[in-house]
Amino acid sequence: MAHFLFFLLAIISVGAVLAMIFSKNQAHNALFIILAFLCLGGLFALLDAPFIAVVQIIVYAGAIMVLFIFVIMMINLKEGVPPERKRWTVVLSLLIGIILVIELILAVTGAFAPPQAPGAAELANPSNLGKLLFTEYLYPFEITSILIIAVLVGAIVLVKKKDTE
Amino acid sequence: MTDLFWLIPLIPGASAAILLVFGTKLPKKYISFQACFAVFASFAIGLISFIGLNQGGHGHHPLIKNLFPWIHTGSFKIDLSFQFDPLTAIMVLVVTAVGFIIHVYSIGYMADDRSYARFFQNMNLFTFAMLILVMSSNMVLMFVGWEGVGLCSYLLIGFWFEKHSAATAGKKAFIVNRIGDAGFLLGIFFVFIYVGSSEFAAINEAIGGGQITQSMATLIAILLFVGAVGKSAQIPLYVWLPDAMEGPTPVSALIHAATMVTAGVYMVARMNLLYTLSGTAGNIVALVGAVTAVFAATMALTQNDIKRVLAYSTISQLGYMFIGCGVGAYAAGIFHLYTHAFFKSLLFLAAGSVMHALSGELDMQKMGGLKKYLPRTYPTFLIGAIAIAGVPFLSGFFSKDAILTSAFANGQYLVWALGISGAVLTAFYMFRLIFLTFHGKERLSPEVKAHLHESPPVMTVPLMILAFFSIVAGYIGLPVVLGKNVNWIEHFLHPVIAGVHEVHLSIATEWVLILISVAVALFGIFMAYVFYMKKPQIPHNLVARFPKLYKLLFNKYYVDEIYEATIINPLVRGSEVAYKHFDLKVIDGTANGSARAAGVFGKIFSYFQTGLLKDYALIFLLGAIILLGYLLF
Amino acid sequence: MIPQSYFLILSAVLFFLGVVAFFVKRDLITQFLAIEVMLSAGNLAFITFAKYGSSLGGQIIVFFIITVAACEAAIGLAIILLVFRQKKTIKSEEINLMKG
Repeated sequence: MAHFLFFLLAIISVGAVLAMIFSKNQAHNALFIILAFLCLGGLFALLDAPFIAVVQIIVYAGAIMVLFIFVIMMINLKEGVPPERKRWTVVLSLLIGIILVIELILAVTGAFAPPQAPGAAELANPSNLGKLLFTEYLYPFEITSILIIAVLVGAIVLVKKKDTE
Repeated sequence: MTDLFWLIPLIPGASAAILLVFGTKLPKKYISFQACFAVFASFAIGLISFIGLNQGGHGHHPLIKNLFPWIHTGSFKIDLSFQFDPLTAIMVLVVTAVGFIIHVYSIGYMADDRSYARFFQNMNLFTFAMLILVMSSNMVLMFVGWEGVGLCSYLLIGFWFEKHSAATAGKKAFIVNRIGDAGFLLGIFFVFIYVGSSEFAAINEAIGGGQITQSMATLIAILLFVGAVGKSAQIPLYVWLPDAMEGPTPVSALIHAATMVTAGVYMVARMNLLYTLSGTAGNIVALVGAVTAVFAATMALTQNDIKRVLAYSTISQLGYMFIGCGVGAYAAGIFHLYTHAFFKSLLFLAAGSVMHALSGELDMQKMGGLKKYLPRTYPTFLIGAIAIAGVPFLSGFFSKDAILTSAFANGQYLVWALGISGAVLTAFYMFRLIFLTFHGKERLSPEVKAHLHESPPVMTVPLMILAFFSIVAGYIGLPVVLGKNVNWIEHFLHPVIAGVHEVHLSIATEWVLILISVAVALFGIFMAYVFYMKKPQIPHNLVARFPKLYKLLFNKYYVDEIYEATIINPLVRGSEVAYKHFDLKVIDGTANGSARAAGVFGKIFSYFQTGLLKDYALIFLLGAIILLGYLLF
Repeated sequence: MIPQSYFLILSAVLFFLGVVAFFVKRDLITQFLAIEVMLSAGNLAFITFAKYGSSLGGQIIVFFIITVAACEAAIGLAIILLVFRQKKTIKSEEINLMKG
């Protein structure tokens, strides 16, 4: 069952990203990516991370992508932008990408070892995560909150229309 | 109170520092007072220390005051320490006494100069350096003073630096001095190698203990003498002294008559054990001194510039001092240094007074008959001339006689003969100067005659004081013929100058030598009288008969021209070549080239800066891949 | 039990696809989307290690990564809007003010 789910979700997510590459319409691109994120959320759930899976769907697919769609609507291009015309850049990037993926796979070769039974990890439910968040990872937590405030203010300041224009 | 002798150099030093910083803002009267008082204070302390030296019987061990350890690295130690012994005492008294008188004279002479403060600052700085030179207890500190007086000589010769000839003369003095200093430094290095320390006490101990062989001593002595040749203007490094007359007259009197040029003589006397041990070096010193004495005197015969005559006279008299030291009669050499300081500075200051009266005229051909116009300058000038000529009962006679007698006594007959010839010439050219300037027909130009006036008392009183000393100073060193123990100066210096075997001539020989000296001096004066007063056509006839000889003498044997052609020109051409081919091409080329290379590299790398997001991302990716590859493999 | 390697290979493939998308596309917004894909691929890898390494730290990190990605998306989009206002285009090859 798990295997089946895994392969299903994997294929759908890869397919969604591929479709994004070949599509010309930006709104379509965004929608395909939302699909990909949903699949990823499923994958997270498969990996015994329910909280993160839900966060991924709510924040990523829900908030961030909606932001993207807002901007796409604001920009309101009449026609889509065709993908890269020049052949050689495509080939070059493909080449480099393949090198990258080979390296990455080699990097995880160590993971081909027989799967050791995962030890008794704690359940990844919100209360356990919360405990960790507020004890061991307190500093990153606080700093991230400051980051969010900065982003809020920054985004508003950036986009505000100047009064004298 | 004797313990305060170390203050002697520091007081003029402090005055120089104050004048350096605040000089231009202080009123002239105050500057005069401070500068002169500083030197006078040094003189006072020196006098008290001198008396203390006499009474306390300190003679045999010099008083040493170590101010602070200066350089201490491993076994290499140099301290800033001063010493006070009989030799130092004499030098200090001469420097400060004559220095004080000249400072007072300068108040009048430089009264209208616009760089009044700078003049006194330089003079005080000079006094400071000279006192360090004579009071230091080791060779390195002495060298500091040595260089310091060289620097002040440059500053003061080129005092009126806007005048091109003065600036050039200052440069020449410094460079020629420097050549001598190279030898001096080498000598110090060898002292360090053989003795391990540059303290005079240590050196004398090493010599006494036999650690220095004769050949070592000769080497060091000759090297040090090279420095003395430069500083004290002997052959071949005398060429700077006549040009140094471009400086103000008080400068010529102080530095180039009484004090700085005598530093070489002091040094030889201080290192007397070294020169005695190495007989060769002593002979060389005496010979160089003798030849210089005669050589310079011949050049003085034809000069028309009143200060040049005195300059050559100084070179000649310094030769006599070196004769004294070279034959082993160090006390006689120092004695002559001491009397010479008085009458030579008197002569210079009096010449300055004459120039002041004549609104700056210094060509003797345009003088004459000034006797009646300068009632105070003339007698003092005359006294100075008589003293230097070696007429009995004045100071020059006693000191010169002491030197020549010692030369004869030590078997150096050639040196003695040269010395006697020099004495004739000395008397002759000095009285030629007197007769041309003060007697005979007046050859003054009308404007000069209109402003003719005697100098103010601030200038003539120092002249009178110096004249007085020129007469009496010699009585501290009466010749042995007049009694056994009357040579006070020799006894006084005995603790410092030891180990010289006293050669005694018979009384008869000594009297004969004295009479020869006197006869020679009077003969010179008589000949000058004949040439310039009785039959003035004789000089003209001689010049007409021997034009080439006259030209040779008048142009100073073309020595300057020879140096210019053989040494200076090649060096200048060589450095021009070096500049064009090495400096411009190689060094500038490297600097400019590296700048150009940076530019080229920048251009190459700017191709990567397309401004496009994708290209930058591509490079990120490449970097990530390389890093990943490195980490993996 | 799904082997660890499957997830990691999937993560690598997704990352590779994100990279290709970035270089192939010419408009800023889609390129930005591709960046988000890359980030998510990384998240997948972290969660995998969290499970198979028995540590909850991996999930905490993903938490932070998502937060930071959100912030970055906000600011990035604001900047893209500004650029669009100035240059009236979102084609990335026409934005080369930093040239030279």
